[in-house]
Amino acid sequence: MSDQPRTLAEKLWDAHLVRAGGDEPDLLYIDLHLVHEVTSPQAFDGLRAAGRPVRRTDLTIATEDHNTPTDNLFSIVDPVSQTQLETLRKNCAEFGVRLHPLGDDEQGVVHVVGPQLGLTQPGMTVVCGDSHTSTHGAFGALAFGIGTSEVEHVLATQTLTQRPPKTMAVTVDGVLPEGVSAKDLILAVIAKAGTGGGIGHVVEYRGEAIRALSMEGRMTVCNMSIEWGAKAGLIAPDETTFAYLEGRPHAPKGEAWDEAVAYWRTLPTDEDAVFDAEIVIDAAELTPFVTWGTNPGQGVPLGAVVPDPSVYTDPVQRGAAERALEYMALTPGTAMRDVDVDVVFVGSCTNGRIEDLRNAAEVLRGRKVADGVTMMVVPGSARVRAQAESEGLHEIFREAGADWRFAGCSMCLGMNPDKLAPGARSASTSNRNFEGRQGPGGRTHLVSPQVAAATAVAGHFAAPADLV
Amino acid sequence: MEKFTVHTGTAAPLRRSNVDTDQIIPAEYLKRVSRTGFADGLFKAWRDDPTFVLNQPAHATATILVTGTEFGVGSSREHAVWALQDQGFRAIVAPRFGDIFRGNALKGGLLPVELPSEAVEWLWDALDADPALAVTVDLEAREVRAGERSWSFPLDDFSRWRLLEGLDDIGLTLRHEADITAFEGARPSRLPRTQAA
Ligand code: SF4
Repeated sequence: MSDQPRTLAEKLWDAHLVRAGGDEPDLLYIDLHLVHEVTSPQAFDGLRAAGRPVRRTDLTIATEDHNTPTDNLFSIVDPVSQTQLETLRKNCAEFGVRLHPLGDDEQGVVHVVGPQLGLTQPGMTVVCGDSHTSTHGAFGALAFGIGTSEVEHVLATQTLTQRPPKTMAVTVDGVLPEGVSAKDLILAVIAKAGTGGGIGHVVEYRGEAIRALSMEGRMTVCNMSIEWGAKAGLIAPDETTFAYLEGRPHAPKGEAWDEAVAYWRTLPTDEDAVFDAEIVIDAAELTPFVTWGTNPGQGVPLGAVVPDPSVYTDPVQRGAAERALEYMALTPGTAMRDVDVDVVFVGSCTNGRIEDLRNAAEVLRGRKVADGVTMMVVPGSARVRAQAESEGLHEIFREAGADWRFAGCSMCLGMNPDKLAPGARSASTSNRNFEGRQGPGGRTHLVSPQVAAATAVAGHFAAPADLV
Repeated sequence: MEKFTVHTGTAAPLRRSNVDTDQIIPAEYLKRVSRTGFADGLFKAWRDDPTFVLNQPAHATATILVTGTEFGVGSSREHAVWALQDQGFRAIVAPRFGDIFRGNALKGGLLPVELPSEAVEWLWDALDADPALAVTVDLEAREVRAGERSWSFPLDDFSRWRLLEGLDDIGLTLRHEADITAFEGARPSRLPRTQAA
């Protein structure tokens, strides 16, 4: 490759080029393909129809997450959901793909499962028929969501045709103030950049505040890259990354580990490399954040009020804000802290990892969920659930009056029995507040696990510091 | 995949921006294991509203959707493309699309046409004035024509060629199978495998 200084994204791209240039898009090799029940059935059908095998079953892994119930591990009430899960089981058996079904020790949300097994490593390409595949970028892997036709393409060829994206740096200087989390940081980035701000770009998050984040926090940040349109989100691998990976089931061992770490150290963006765009944020100015609207860019600091649409000079944004306020049944000028919630959901591939549950439990310890509020805590995977129970977190949740569930996507999307009722208002640690996302007519506000837990106790939006 | 060359049809003005994939088809409707049968979930939350554009007889059979910016942001669900195709759409005109949606649409032969906001607004007004206005999407010329007006739109040569010929992507890639095998031969053995933990 060239001697030009390169960004992390460019190094990852170059290292996976099977074929470059000419009249065709680049052909990229895929190191890990994650599969779940919703976006794969038609892809397997396509293989069958063409008589094609899965080219690399050893680079493919499947789990069940979107349709699975979280109140038990056995009975799926909806026959259509049941069929979709059975179809995945049949396809995995027929094509020889490793599957972690409902009830298995490694089952869980696909983006929680890959990292915890140590399958997601720096320097890799990772894809999945799911837009939040960007999560895996936290390891310094080029990871992005694909559609079902591309799922079939990867199953058949272990490659994807792609055009090189542009690069963008989001530099977060300084130190996050006490009580401000990775979720608040990314919600603030999206509010600043707008939901389309990242379209066509691979974004690298960098700077002191990013370096200081744990792997869980980094995954939260990268997870939401797609919410501002970015193709992928990346964080350069460092000692935090290596420490997280060492000893995981699929991490390299012995000499291979040393060799891998030596390679991973070559990945960070070269000093003089140039990004196509850059956003700079001062961590010291960030506060706990909450969304008020129906896209993840419509957010404000928790201490702010519901904005007046007339503050938007762009007519498209103004119209979107007016519609959002009507859907969300909010009046401009209302303090966010005065908005009451019905449901609190802690979970999802954004905030369903062990550290997220610890953070929520810490706030709930010795406190009670407010009357009239229902709180659900849903671990991102069966392994996270087991870990949380070994630390006694489930006792804290139960004593506070929260519902402790089994792993799955749960109320992140309205596809399984965990749905928000029409008109109900939630504080949710998930990633999308689209109209009807958590159930038809449901009103979603995105928050961090800490704010979610404090809100459950207060009955209205609150930060842990607000609780007496 | 059905070829796309030149399509002339009627168009529906969807005066909204940021129509995300959950609006196009909610998760509840993604449970089918087939590639068809998704039209009943299309724009589900709006379908009961008599004023919704696709509920107006003049637009009910439109084959071109003209909509606001950032159409199809959100999830990777290709069901969004299938639902639009099941409804009869051949092309979507918007100033800007979500990346994954755009890619999915190109794979499936639903043409994502990027026109500037002024063109979209002109079309909205023209379609309100005359719902029967014929709109032509010409992929050969990379041009949209309506009434006296025309606009060119961007699309890379490779995607255009694939759509014009209706070619299968996997088949195209497998022409390079020797390159893939050579690449695989050079991958470091330390890279993880899903099967041997
Ligand atoms: S938790 Fe939510 S965002 Fe993540 S994979 Fe599941 S449905 Fe998608």
